[in-house]
Amino acid sequence: MSVRRIVVTGQGVVSALGLTADAHIEALRNGVCGISPIELIPTDNLTIGIAAEAKTFRAEDYFGRSEIALRDRVTQMATVAAKEAIAQSGIVFEGVLGERTATILGTSMGGQHTQDDNYRLVYGEGKTRVHPFLVPRLMANAPVSWVSMDHGLRGPAYSISTACASSNHAIGQAFHLIRSGGADAAVTGGAESGLTWGVLKGWEGLRVMSKTACRPFSKTRDGMVQGEGAAILVLEELEMAKARGANILGEIVGFGSSADAGDIVQPSLEGATRAMRSALSDGGVNPTEVAYVNAHGTATAMNDRTECAALRNVFGAHADALAVSSTKSAHGHCIGAAGALEMVATLSALQGILPPTIGYEEPDPDCDLNVVPNTAQQRAVSVAMSNSFAFGGLNAVVVVKRWQG
Amino acid sequence: MSDTTLDKVRTIIAEQAMIDVAEVKPESTLSDLGVDSLGLVEIVFAIEEEFDVTVPFNANDPSASEFDISSVQAAVDGVEKLRADQA
Repeated sequence: MSVRRIVVTGQGVVSALGLTADAHIEALRNGVCGISPIELIPTDNLTIGIAAEAKTFRAEDYFGRSEIALRDRVTQMATVAAKEAIAQSGIVFEGVLGERTATILGTSMGGQHTQDDNYRLVYGEGKTRVHPFLVPRLMANAPVSWVSMDHGLRGPAYSISTACASSNHAIGQAFHLIRSGGADAAVTGGAESGLTWGVLKGWEGLRVMSKTACRPFSKTRDGMVQGEGAAILVLEELEMAKARGANILGEIVGFGSSADAGDIVQPSLEGATRAMRSALSDGGVNPTEVAYVNAHGTATAMNDRTECAALRNVFGAHADALAVSSTKSAHGHCIGAAGALEMVATLSALQGILPPTIGYEEPDPDCDLNVVPNTAQQRAVSVAMSNSFAFGGLNAVVVVKRWQG
Repeated sequence: MSDTTLDKVRTIIAEQAMIDVAEVKPESTLSDLGVDSLGLVEIVFAIEEEFDVTVPFNANDPSASEFDISSVQAAVDGVEKLRADQA
């Protein structure tokens, strides 16, 4: 039996850059920055005043009151993006296909708005009772459960929580599950909405946040900026997608993951190198075929330096021919949704327009690659890679190919 | 006072059932009004918030609860009893 191939046939996005995949991609290409002063929550006693909030995303525009009672903002974002992706794909999950479709989403923190609001009520305001749906709203598997319920997806379904790598792990697992015959289609990606007072206070404590902007690879970078959003993809086995005449956005060819087994927060050159090599090997891809890398690129001093060194390890002399950008500069670091939002950017690069690293000010000798500074570049891309390297030393890398019919 | 409690309970139920308050009659049962099990839990919560009482309600087996919510009037009576016990 020949190896099953897996293609992407639909994508949906909610982010600070827009409320559809097309709006998100258009903004990325135009170098729009979604980071701005925080407006959706009170910021008293926070030293962090900026984030990439999806300011135009309002639950009332999509859901009735009883749905909102059960869906935290993270679930709202996941289900809106899933609806767009499935509609774009044109796939219909009826009968056996519903049972043969997996739902695998990455989310790091679950329903943080629900948790934060209710902690405030009981600890802060001394209330003695909480809303009855607190638990089903905040549980980390709520987004994946609602996506499966909304669309009748009855195959394997679970959420993956590996911090900043969650949705790359999710996409990789979905890809491998279809390739191995465990499913024929998958709805995958990730969602995160952790822009709450409590979560921001936590990040503030770690002292890795920038108070001004996200400037990956720039000598002047001074930390990351949080974002929120969701990106969902529809994956299908190639022959099935072709048989129904689906529009193919790209082929997923390789997935690799690794654990540093080192430090709980410091990145590891060895772990990142191994995850990239593993993904290339899984896809049978020669490093010289890769033209674009969507970097993890958090804009911390350490991550960007380590990631560039790892890219040099993996690609050798070919590293100088690569274009490497971090779109976190535009949509913020969306933690559990990061890999999925960046996969949408990576797939868009297969169309020949590379999304830039914005906020770039000054070259850093430790990051001396073509980082697509500030403006999009045009280039034919047949193979692209997307990196996610999480706190806790958990790395996940996905490799995609342009579909040429 | 009785009217006030009835009005408040009717308003809570109407809001949850997404119907006009006029449709919520004392003799209506919650299933008549289209309230499902999740809606019932939300109504109990809203009653607790509104009247500052703790309703002895067991969502695992609502019929075994001490709080009778078989009709709108039963819920109103239950609330008044809770408030009297509390006073």
